[in-house]
Amino acid sequence: MANKKRKIVPIGPYHPLQEEPEFFKLVVEGESVVDLEIEIGYNHRGIEKLSESKHWDQVTFLVERICGICSTSHPFAYVLAVEDLLGIEPSERGSYIRMIVAELERIHSHLLWLGLAGHFIGYNTVWMWAWKAREPVLDLFELISGNRNSYAMMKIGGARRDIKEEDYSAIRKTIKDVYKDLRLFQKAVEDDPIIHKRTKGIGVLSYEDAVSFGAVGPTARCSGVDVDVRRDDPYAFYKDVDWNVIVLKDGDVYAKVVARVLEMFESCRIIEQCLDKMPRGEIAVEVRDIPAGEGIGRVEAPRGECFHYVRSDGTNRPVRHKVRAPSFMNVATNQASVPGYTISDAAITLAAVDPCYCCTERSVTFDRKGNKLLKGEDLIKLSQRKTEILREQLRKQYGK
Amino acid sequence: MIKDEVKKKLEGKFKDWSVKNPRRVYFTVDKSDLHSVAETLYKDFKMRLSTVSGVDNGDNFELIYHFGSDKTGELFNVRVFVHEQDNPEVDSLVPMFRATEWVEREIHEMLGIKFIGHPDLKHLLLDHDWPEGKYPLRKTCILEKKPYPQDKEDENG
Repeated sequence: MANKKRKIVPIGPYHPLQEEPEFFKLVVEGESVVDLEIEIGYNHRGIEKLSESKHWDQVTFLVERICGICSTSHPFAYVLAVEDLLGIEPSERGSYIRMIVAELERIHSHLLWLGLAGHFIGYNTVWMWAWKAREPVLDLFELISGNRNSYAMMKIGGARRDIKEEDYSAIRKTIKDVYKDLRLFQKAVEDDPIIHKRTKGIGVLSYEDAVSFGAVGPTARCSGVDVDVRRDDPYAFYKDVDWNVIVLKDGDVYAKVVARVLEMFESCRIIEQCLDKMPRGEIAVEVRDIPAGEGIGRVEAPRGECFHYVRSDGTNRPVRHKVRAPSFMNVATNQASVPGYTISDAAITLAAVDPCYCCTERSVTFDRKGNKLLKGEDLIKLSQRKTEILREQLRKQYGK
Repeated sequence: MIKDEVKKKLEGKFKDWSVKNPRRVYFTVDKSDLHSVAETLYKDFKMRLSTVSGVDNGDNFELIYHFGSDKTGELFNVRVFVHEQDNPEVDSLVPMFRATEWVEREIHEMLGIKFIGHPDLKHLLLDHDWPEGKYPLRKTCILEKKPYPQDKEDENG
């Protein structure tokens, strides 16, 4: 009998403006979500197979195209894997450059997420402010690499491009400004009762589920799983700079907002220390032939551990190149964190692991006969409406 | 570092123990021992499975289970060789933890290795209409290039 009341709300799958299309089928009973099916693969480009037909140096640029938001994490993990195969250490200055780029990327990626999370719960001010703060970071990328995205800074043996000493001051200034903006966001998140109501206790991912699904990055750390590749399997010079791993216990959306804001503070600190410590010298060591062997590179991308495995048979191309992006582990956790809450919370919970937002914008609701009920925009509206109602209630309660 | 402890605990179950560098350990286990070895690493040593890399070596398949110990940063890479060419099969680890659910589905569709005990080995990344028995990551699979619409026009005239 209960099955008759169940309906399926499909969310997704494709939007050309955003990365990573996914297709979620929410099984709902009235307002609440009881089950979730996930379909991925809409953007599968066969990069692992393609990689087997490219020269070792070309692969660096190939994997940069895997993701547009964290475009430096994949080449970073790949060059580390090849260096592990070779058994060499990259150049010191090159490693510091890599760290600065990686941490700047974390800041811009988290700010992007923060803005979109704000938009989903009806806080368009947060959206605009977060993206306004993100803009100078992208300008900084343009200054350093010539590109606002896909920076092509990685190379086997070090960095492909130097950070000029006259640019240090511009980096320091932007970091200082970002720091100020972050304080503002931190206060907004901590003080706003509506944000608390919309995100606290919502979409909880338990510690056990996080371990079972093998979740990584902020998704795991917010459920109390203390994992961060930067500290656990230190690469570059993360063990030489002073920073903290942010671990929170609650596992809800609120924890994920707070953790990402706090992580950005740590990133700012790392970048400042890198600028202080960066030695002069060669930015890359010379690498000629890649001998037969295998290697593994792991990088803490903004979304979690990014994993690359390469194997060489001594030719100029990899025989096998395995890529595991962090979202591969994290998206699956939605199966545990979405059911049990309402449809209006689904938008923000699905977004909390920081996958992609295209899904929600393109969603269409059908009843079992196939009649269209809700569109993606309606889902966001539904979510925003809930915030409005809460705001109204609070206003009455406090007589404002 | 816990590699000596792990080595002691797994005594008799592994071959070719090799330490590439302090944080990368590789060893081979028999297909039949995979479940018990994985159980030891996951339950007793609280390791996290990063992923599984499947390799087609031509005359056999190789699965590398990458178990990471997050406290020490060591990565234990468990190799399993599957020698059957026609119907390669391995035990599924899904009953133990769900991290392998998608990983095994991916390997199944890419290399054609069956995982015994997996609840549903449907396609993960490939299209539902993808021809059965065609496994893109096998070395024998050569994907033909589709001509660009532009090239087609050139051919015609």
